[in-house]
Amino acid sequence: MSIAAQPETIAVAMSGGVDSSAVAALLRAQGHPLVGLTLQLWNQRRLAGREGMPETVAGRCCSIDDVYDARRVAEHLGIPYYLVNQEARFESEVVRPFVDEYLAGRTPVPCTLCNNHLKFDALLTTARQIGAERIATGHYARNRFDAARGRWILSRPEDKSKDQTYFLFGLTQAQLARTLFPLGEMQKPTVRRMAADAGLALAEKPDSQEICFIPGGSYAAFLAAYLDEQGQPLPDSSGELVATTGEVLGRHDGIHSFTVGQRKGLGGSLAVAPNSGPKYVLAIHPDSHRVTVGSDDQLLARDLRANRLNWIAVARLAGEMRVQVKIRHRHEPAWATLAPEGDDCVRARFDQPQRAITPGQAAVFYKDDEIVGGGWIV
Amino acid sequence: MDANATTPLLPEVLDAMRPFWMEAFGNASSIHQQGQHARAAIDRARESVARLLNCRAAELVFTSGGTESDNLALFGVLAPGDHLITSGIEHHAVLHAAQALAERGVHVTFLPATPHGVVEVAALEAALRPNTKLVSVMLANNETGAIQPVRELAQVAHAAGALFHTDAIQAAGKLPLDVQALGCDLLSISGHKMFAPQGVGALFVRRNVRLRPLFFGGNHERGRRPGTENVAAIVGLGKAAELAISWLAGSPANDAARCDSAKIQPHVAGAGQPAGAQALAALRNRLEQGILAQVPEAGVNAAAAPRVANTSNLFFDHLEAEALVIALDLKGLAVSGGSACQSGATEPSHVLTAMGLSVARARASVRLSLSRLTTDSEVACALDLVPAAVAQLRRLSPSWNKAMAVHA
Repeated sequence: MSIAAQPETIAVAMSGGVDSSAVAALLRAQGHPLVGLTLQLWNQRRLAGREGMPETVAGRCCSIDDVYDARRVAEHLGIPYYLVNQEARFESEVVRPFVDEYLAGRTPVPCTLCNNHLKFDALLTTARQIGAERIATGHYARNRFDAARGRWILSRPEDKSKDQTYFLFGLTQAQLARTLFPLGEMQKPTVRRMAADAGLALAEKPDSQEICFIPGGSYAAFLAAYLDEQGQPLPDSSGELVATTGEVLGRHDGIHSFTVGQRKGLGGSLAVAPNSGPKYVLAIHPDSHRVTVGSDDQLLARDLRANRLNWIAVARLAGEMRVQVKIRHRHEPAWATLAPEGDDCVRARFDQPQRAITPGQAAVFYKDDEIVGGGWIV
Repeated sequence: MDANATTPLLPEVLDAMRPFWMEAFGNASSIHQQGQHARAAIDRARESVARLLNCRAAELVFTSGGTESDNLALFGVLAPGDHLITSGIEHHAVLHAAQALAERGVHVTFLPATPHGVVEVAALEAALRPNTKLVSVMLANNETGAIQPVRELAQVAHAAGALFHTDAIQAAGKLPLDVQALGCDLLSISGHKMFAPQGVGALFVRRNVRLRPLFFGGNHERGRRPGTENVAAIVGLGKAAELAISWLAGSPANDAARCDSAKIQPHVAGAGQPAGAQALAALRNRLEQGILAQVPEAGVNAAAAPRVANTSNLFFDHLEAEALVIALDLKGLAVSGGSACQSGATEPSHVLTAMGLSVARARASVRLSLSRLTTDSEVACALDLVPAAVAQLRRLSPSWNKAMAVHA
């Protein structure tokens, strides 16, 4: 990673976790004037105690504990630190769309929604307003300007096990140009050691895995608690469980309880198992409230379509392109041929059928380690 | 420039407090000499604060600060079934106490404010009920500085048989306070808004008012506030009260330069606006006018109200005050968006929205609050920094650029 020789003020996005704290320590050691910023996105106490929700929440993004940790790190490093409230925008641009997507039978990726529509935009705007032209984050990713192509390139990090590029496909060229990912060249253990060497008490703090506003990871409980708080009844989307043949196999309580590829929790809903073998959700039909189930091999598909695209390594997709496509966070990217399909849509044809292509998830296109672009699976 | 958030100790205050931690420490309830010495120091401080408010020393209860004073006034007087009238522009120390009382069976009415940030007497008259036990309206608003017609409000409350409390935390040391002229039954002040330390305050309780304590324990403060007295802090508050009296007394007022409005007069014991406050208002006005001369699409909130001399609440349309506060802080100028007690909150200032400001304008408002320590050069510095920071923020504000495109 190269940083201009001239000391310029950099705004560090601090979450209170090890990674962003290590970024602050690293840049501080390099002599950069820094400002620490934490986005306050969600009030963790808001839904606490409602049915299905934990009473108290600790160790989650935006919790009092995390803000405390971030503030202590900033104080330890001697850098100014501010909490920037973006709760209203987070609710309208991330939480509400997440809820609506779920109710519509799709499986959204809130972290990407947040990165695309809020986090980088809000951080950069605030940073520039207060006199910092660039931001640094603790994401594991790499970016550089490629003069030959005239584009900013986003690529996978050194530590492939921590790769977060799947969640960053929506970054614009302007955002990439103003963002530093200092951890892109590092392994996680090195980052922890760096934090410890800098005297940060949180060097051994566990990684957060959950979606920040959904403590305990239960989407259904969150959905019910949020709608209850809004005084909005959970829409009745109960309906039939059907086989691919159209045969009705049973009933379900609502399409929002299902995700394509899901097996768990399905067995009890089926009145009779017409043929042996476990059943999986193959498709969710938001209009008829039907949920199609079938066997594992019926989950395999060769094609996906994605829209609401963002291109990074190329300005646009001119014709067919060979890429590897990643269709969910824990998916190993698979070879496919990408082809434009209209204005803001592409089709990917996989070489090998892929399991559980899920509407609402992101499809991110890779060429070697570079992120070509991405979009949302329809 | 955030004196409404807190003020430093004056050197005289620190000097007065200094002996009471180590050399002259004592528990004021003890029989021995050390205890008596502490008791005497508290008594002297109580008399100083009584002189500031023009009340009897026995009518003062020392507390841990403004929030406790406000809570003691409300919880000490009200019982389930009683009716409380307060306003929508109160500090949270009153607003949230009122909400807590409402959950305990007290009926609560919140009076509206005019677009100038003032609670009107007619609104109080309309809200009174036979069971109205207490009316609580602040003296000077912490965000806008708007001075409320407390004397008239107290008269109306009394005529209906209700008690009257005023949160005078932002008025103490800035306006002459006279509980006899104001006619209030309860009045809260806080040390750290008037150059005494944080963690001490006082509540004036008129002699005939029965007050239940918030805490139970010893017989301190005549049983109204049990707990070993914070001697050094109380001594500091006493000293700060003495210094406020002399600052306010200053030299006779000059009518031509009188602070905001003759409407202040009903609250003021003496004849004119005191010299200290007059000079402070002149400085504040210079700051306001200097900023507004350089910044378009900006203005003063509560400009038409009589205002306490030190406070300026300015709106700069098309920006977020939160970012402006940070930008200015990084340049060394401390200001606040809304009140310090609400920073980090999602909601825009309840004071400004109660005045009818749009959410966008409330979010685009910042408070600059001066003190008697503010210098000409600090104001000159702010006159450089604020317009530059506003311009920088607006350059990156989508709504500003859109508005400018329409004008072009």
